[in-house]
Amino acid sequence: MTGAHGFSVSGYGPERAGWTRLFARDSLARRLDWPILFSALALSFIGAALVYSATRNRTELNQGDPYYFLFRHLLNTGIGFALMIGTVWLGHRTLRTAVPILYGISVLLVLLVLTPLGATINGAHAWIVIGGGFSLQPSEFVKITIILGMAMLLAARVDAGDKPHPDHRTVLQALGLAVVPILVVLLMPDLGSVMVMVIIVLGVLLASGASNRWIFGLIGTGALGAVAVWQLKILDEYQINRFAAFANPELDPAGVGYNTNQARIAIGSGGLFGTGLGKGSQTTGQFVPEQQTDFVFTVAGEELGFVGAGLILVLLGVVLWRACRIARETTELYGTIVAAGIIAWFAFQSFENVGMTLGIMPVAGLPLPFVSYGGSSMFAVWVAVGLLQSIRVQRPMSA
Amino acid sequence: MTNIPETGRTPRVQIRLVVIQILVLSLLGTLGGRLWYLQIRNGDEYAKEASGNHVQQVVSPAVRGSILDARGVPIADNETRLVVSASRTDLMKMKDDGDAVLTKLAAVLGMKTSDVLDKVRLCDSKTPQPCWNGSPYQPIPITDEATPKQALQIRERAEDFPGITAEPQAVRRYAAPGGANTAQVLGYLSPVTDEEITKAEHTDSPYLRSDQVGRSGLERQYDKELRGKAGVTRYEVDNLGRVIGQAESDKAQPGANVVTSIDSRVQRVAEYELNEAMKDARKEHDRNTGVNYKADSGAVVVMENATGRVVSMASNPSYDPNAWVGGISGKDYTRLTGKESNYPLLNRAIQGQSAPGSVFKVISTAAAIKAGYSFNGPYQCGASYSIGGQVFKNFESKGYGPISLGRALEVSCDTVFYSLAHEQWKKDGGIKPKKDAKDWFYRTAHQFGLGKETGIDLPNEVTGRVPDRRWKQDYWKANKDAWCKYGKKGGSYAQQIAYENCLEGNRMRAGDSVNYSIGQGDTLVTPIQMATIYGAIANGGTLYDPTVGKAIISADGRNVQEIKPRSHGRLPMSKQTRDEIDGALEGVATRGSAAWRFGGWPQDEIPMHAKTGTAEVYGKQTTSWFTTYTKEYTVVMTISQGGTGSGASAPAVRKIYNALYGVSEDGEIDRRKALLPTPQKSLPKIGKDGSIDAPKVGVYPPKDEEQATGEVQQQVAYEGPAATVPASGTATDRAARRRSARPGNPKNPKKGRRSLV
Repeated sequence: MTGAHGFSVSGYGPERAGWTRLFARDSLARRLDWPILFSALALSFIGAALVYSATRNRTELNQGDPYYFLFRHLLNTGIGFALMIGTVWLGHRTLRTAVPILYGISVLLVLLVLTPLGATINGAHAWIVIGGGFSLQPSEFVKITIILGMAMLLAARVDAGDKPHPDHRTVLQALGLAVVPILVVLLMPDLGSVMVMVIIVLGVLLASGASNRWIFGLIGTGALGAVAVWQLKILDEYQINRFAAFANPELDPAGVGYNTNQARIAIGSGGLFGTGLGKGSQTTGQFVPEQQTDFVFTVAGEELGFVGAGLILVLLGVVLWRACRIARETTELYGTIVAAGIIAWFAFQSFENVGMTLGIMPVAGLPLPFVSYGGSSMFAVWVAVGLLQSIRVQRPMSA
Repeated sequence: MTNIPETGRTPRVQIRLVVIQILVLSLLGTLGGRLWYLQIRNGDEYAKEASGNHVQQVVSPAVRGSILDARGVPIADNETRLVVSASRTDLMKMKDDGDAVLTKLAAVLGMKTSDVLDKVRLCDSKTPQPCWNGSPYQPIPITDEATPKQALQIRERAEDFPGITAEPQAVRRYAAPGGANTAQVLGYLSPVTDEEITKAEHTDSPYLRSDQVGRSGLERQYDKELRGKAGVTRYEVDNLGRVIGQAESDKAQPGANVVTSIDSRVQRVAEYELNEAMKDARKEHDRNTGVNYKADSGAVVVMENATGRVVSMASNPSYDPNAWVGGISGKDYTRLTGKESNYPLLNRAIQGQSAPGSVFKVISTAAAIKAGYSFNGPYQCGASYSIGGQVFKNFESKGYGPISLGRALEVSCDTVFYSLAHEQWKKDGGIKPKKDAKDWFYRTAHQFGLGKETGIDLPNEVTGRVPDRRWKQDYWKANKDAWCKYGKKGGSYAQQIAYENCLEGNRMRAGDSVNYSIGQGDTLVTPIQMATIYGAIANGGTLYDPTVGKAIISADGRNVQEIKPRSHGRLPMSKQTRDEIDGALEGVATRGSAAWRFGGWPQDEIPMHAKTGTAEVYGKQTTSWFTTYTKEYTVVMTISQGGTGSGASAPAVRKIYNALYGVSEDGEIDRRKALLPTPQKSLPKIGKDGSIDAPKVGVYPPKDEEQATGEVQQQVAYEGPAATVPASGTATDRAARRRSARPGNPKNPKKGRRSLV
């Protein structure tokens, strides 16, 4: 809100002054990234329609109210939207000072999951039941605080102009900051989130300008870690089976491979234009499990066809494309790192989620940003949008 | 727009950001490509899979059509029985393995609890009958005779009877109207096999797993028509199988009815009289073998001359086709098909073959005319005929001096045919045939339709055999090794024969030709072939494909598809020759070899034609043949090991004519008593609701006669040879006690000299 010239546009009546001001050169509204905002909103509303289609018949879930999930999805979107506005209002720089507190809270919440307060949903002990039908998935918020925390550490000396790149010590600190919650999430075990977090760390390190050795070292460690996880049997049976089913979907079509098989049938049968919303037999017949959350993309594939499902990919593409621009255009490394972390998060989570429904990625319990039903995820991605907007809005003007 | 500010960041970071952007875009591109691949390229395939996923089919089987006789009397139809079954899978889930439920069920059904428990236990080596030897996953029938009240009790209290079902099921019934069981003509059903299901999967009449398939006789021949089309209702279901909508449904189309030309009353007479004739034959002493005739099997065919339609066809021994209903027991199966049985499943009218004996002489007569001999001759009928020291006797008659061919037929003079056949054999080059050998006697037999199927609409008809030069060559090739090994010069009679066969079994010897001319030797014919030939002589020369099926009428009676008579050729003889032979055959009945059996016959009103035959069978007693015709009908009867044609078969044949025309024993015609003085022309009427207006079938023989003969009629109708099967018992006993047969063709008879088996 630095616009000094905002009031001088002629030709507008006094009663339009508010609008004028809002859209004046360098005003907040002018600086907002509208494509991201519209895309995110569109994705959320498409998601609402898909969630509705997937849940209206699931009486065992929706307590007899076909609009139950639709309503809650819209409510989540609204809350998310408010969180975004709050984030923009506060500004990412203000938040920067609060990062240690936010980080601490999020890690605490994650640790809470491991206490008796935690609940297991769909095989992942990743939830805290708040009551009143609400539950929280702290790992979603940890994604944000890892980005913010690492960005804070990595950018501090660079933004201060001390160094062109973060030094090894800083990188080590930043990694340490990320490893703590990642290990906790791994213990839950919420493997999907762990994968996302590792990718986030990778994105953050890349954008921070940390030396290549760190990048390759991290990739190598990730590979070794995967082997270790496999060998040490940290994974639950169901997780191993998911990978086995991914490698060979015909292995057990009634069991492990069932999800992916049915998902692929649903999407494949959609054709170019789909069956129309609410008319997909796979969706109506509830052949795809978890269809309102992890497998929401199959509803789009079946009922909206290549056109509708493609639109979702395009909208996600718009969000990511604009985010990349934001990352490149901001002058502070802090903003760049945060944007890059969010890009890595959104990109990988979308790819993994859609990829598993298309049968090119193994099954992991990850929501599709904006589209999947789920409060924690919705809040987190909208906060991330708020961060992106804030980075764009608050970038210093030239001159 | 806004200026792009200097970022002041290092190129390293800038480059990396571009890398990230490219990575992100390629990930999205990958997803898009994969999406296109699934939805656009393979979309149809997945759409198919999806529809297979959510559509469940409920199949309601079609009711099998009935088989009706010419007047509409059902000879095979369905009855609805209430079948109570128990699902073992469900019972085993209960704590007490379902004992409580079964105890309750026993009380409702009025059965002993232990009986019910025994029925659902699985058979193994230690478990005696009763026990269940089917699949443990299939519902096990407890009873198929539940009353509606019992069924209601079970169905209304379904919660008290988990795993128990009580449902009406259509069950095949072979009603045997008036005692005519028509077993071999009807055939039987048995459950469809996996192989058949797979094979018929993509045809226009696929099978259901619950289907019964016709295995022989009419049930097999007209299986497709009788079966109808099962109804399929497709429901859309969700992943738990809950119905969420009805997609489409095809109504079941009940199978069509097959109207046959069989007249149950005549069929009953034919079966009864054949059986009587065989019983009588067993009382006769056979001078050649020194024991009574065995009369082990027999067949009779009654055919319409003008169409080739079969009015009745009986084969003895017979069996009760109801034994197959609801699955044949292993015991019954062995009794019907085992080595000890006399193969009652065989339809001897089309699957029994033997040498024809003198009934073959009409063919020889026609052949002689073809070869240029005059009908009137005269030809020397000596007491015997010798060729190079070998003497061929005049078996059935004595010497009559010079006679015409007609007279030779009448008195069945063998020697006339010996000499003609021998002359022809010599003319053709004898043992070393000329290139253009005429082979009149063999050629004519082929033209009469021998050596191949008549084309009757029943499965597995056998061809018989014309032992011509080609057959001799083939047969010798197939058997010479065995003959040469066994044969021994100067050995036993059999060894001597084998020795000769080894040397020149491929050659047509003079003796072969001579024997052949009177229907002895290697010639084999079936009763249906003979009926076709004599029917053709009667109708002026048309060889009809015999038919049993007369029309296919849809279940609602609207669609009538008549099965038209078809011919497979004409007799190779001029009208004049036909008339001459016809006259001679009438002479057989009036003054020839069968005259003694037709005393008092109203010949003026119903001109009777006949030919007797007695076929020699190596190692067995003679086969009796009797072929006859009137203006309307041909009746052919044969009895294996039954004696002479006129002796064993003629009285029974006359009784069949008596019934057809209403002729009394002393030759009076009572039109009111006639069962079928002219063939049934019209088809039975079938109502829209499937009802059939069928007349009643009376009792044969009539009550008073029955008492006179001291027989309980129903038993007689089903029984096989009395010599091997003790009479009486309940229906199930009857079915169980039956001896019986391998389905299908009999194997190649050893040495080609077996009679009717």
